[in-house]
Amino acid sequence: MITAERKPMEEIMGYVEPCQRILLVGCNECVTVCAAGGRKEVGLLSSALQMAFMKSGKVLQVKELTLERQCDPEYVEELVREIDGVDAVLSMACGCGVQEIARRFRDKPVFPAVNTSFMGASERQGVWAERCQGCGNCVLGLTGGICPIARCSKRLLNGPCGGSTGGKCEISPDVDCAWHLIWERMKALGMEKSYEQVMPARDWRTSRDGGPRKIVREDLAL
Amino acid sequence: MKTDSRLEKVLKTGGLAVTSECGPPRGAVPEKIREKAAMLKGYVDAINVTDNQTAVVRMSSLAACIFIRQMGLSAILQMVARDRNRIAMQSDILGAYSHGVDTMLCLSGDHPKFGDHPMAANVYDIDSVQMVQMVKQMRDEGTFQGGGDIENPPKMYIGAAANPFADPFELRVPRLAKKVTAGVDFIQTQCVYNLDKFERWMAQIRERGLHEKVHILAGITPMKSAGMARYMKNRVPGMDVPDELVNRMAGVPKEKQGAEGLTIAVESIERLKEVKGLSGFHIMAIEWEEKVPEIVERAGLLPRPEV
Repeated sequence: MITAERKPMEEIMGYVEPCQRILLVGCNECVTVCAAGGRKEVGLLSSALQMAFMKSGKVLQVKELTLERQCDPEYVEELVREIDGVDAVLSMACGCGVQEIARRFRDKPVFPAVNTSFMGASERQGVWAERCQGCGNCVLGLTGGICPIARCSKRLLNGPCGGSTGGKCEISPDVDCAWHLIWERMKALGMEKSYEQVMPARDWRTSRDGGPRKIVREDLAL
Repeated sequence: MKTDSRLEKVLKTGGLAVTSECGPPRGAVPEKIREKAAMLKGYVDAINVTDNQTAVVRMSSLAACIFIRQMGLSAILQMVARDRNRIAMQSDILGAYSHGVDTMLCLSGDHPKFGDHPMAANVYDIDSVQMVQMVKQMRDEGTFQGGGDIENPPKMYIGAAANPFADPFELRVPRLAKKVTAGVDFIQTQCVYNLDKFERWMAQIRERGLHEKVHILAGITPMKSAGMARYMKNRVPGMDVPDELVNRMAGVPKEKQGAEGLTIAVESIERLKEVKGLSGFHIMAIEWEEKVPEIVERAGLLPRPEV
């Protein structure tokens, strides 16, 4: 999923301070799962903003709404009924959702209430960690199901650097060495021999380096 | 001979090669490089120039290598994958070779987190193994990695690093083997303090016959003080300093610890000289370059061969 964290209150206040009425929009997908921008967080932020306004003797009207998916035009269309009369939209979705609202409602300011972080998985209750960088050319079949591009701090493709110590990365004892994990998996799977095949330089065009990406499925396009 | 590299010629004689290194200054002060290089003249076969080591900005390795070449000495261009994509790397390699720099060391590089610009973007377009492949392709096939022909291809003698002390230990020789497959000519290792472990690593190298395919130079760094020994042991990732060494340094009065560090370095070289398959030493006296001549002399590595 796409993970996110709510922005600091001061930054959000900086965006909405001049407003009197806002539409606060959550998303029922990834940001709900990582507890950053679902219905519950919309409610909490709404109260916090109204209290902050009251403290400075002002009033903020907040319309709350949580869409099924903010990155999908079909659901964003639901905002048509709500958006008239508000000064701005405050979105708690990932950057994709914010941009979809900006695309649909060209004359309405839209502000992000969260920082979109990474594509990751839940390690345990309340902890998420990066797993994928969306490079567009998956190597997991060669690396025992652990991604060196997303999980090695130097995205090395041919093994651990000289800074790997006790299974941890040189940048922090809180970061696992991806190549240590890969090697342990390779041993468990009897893939040790494949380690010595040199992985050649990558073609990063399938990644962000090739410019903004787009998927066109002729079979599905109308 | 693959190249005109002085290091290649020395290694070809079958004797022990000696290299050392200079860290470039944090400013536009070429005289600092000249001073450091002048201290090493006649005592080493070639001088590595670090590439923004520990991710701290310094004068470029390429510029500093050119100053060393202008003094008639042999320079080894260090290049890390952290700061340059393959376009910039190949461009710098052409520039280096045009200035007579014909030996280089391909490295991953320390993570920016450790440096003075932890906010900088991390490049890592290719890794050190892929860099070796690329430089070899430029030299042997005369083509850029992108496939285009090179006019007067750079004949680089290609080095890489190895750390026998990082984890997982069992992967350290296979990782070196990958660099050999990629086409590396010589290896300079991480600082060797745990001699027993280094000898075990070398035994694995010999078992696989890798010492016949690549020249291995053991890294030697004299310790200036007990404090430095403790710092290296506890704070430098992938460094293995045995307790007995820390205790030995701490066991002598402060003003004599530097001399003790030099003696340990000399003793290490004496012992490692006996290790079969080892091709020489890479002496990294960090901000202590003036002591390299003494180490080389006391370790019986003089005179350096005329090649």
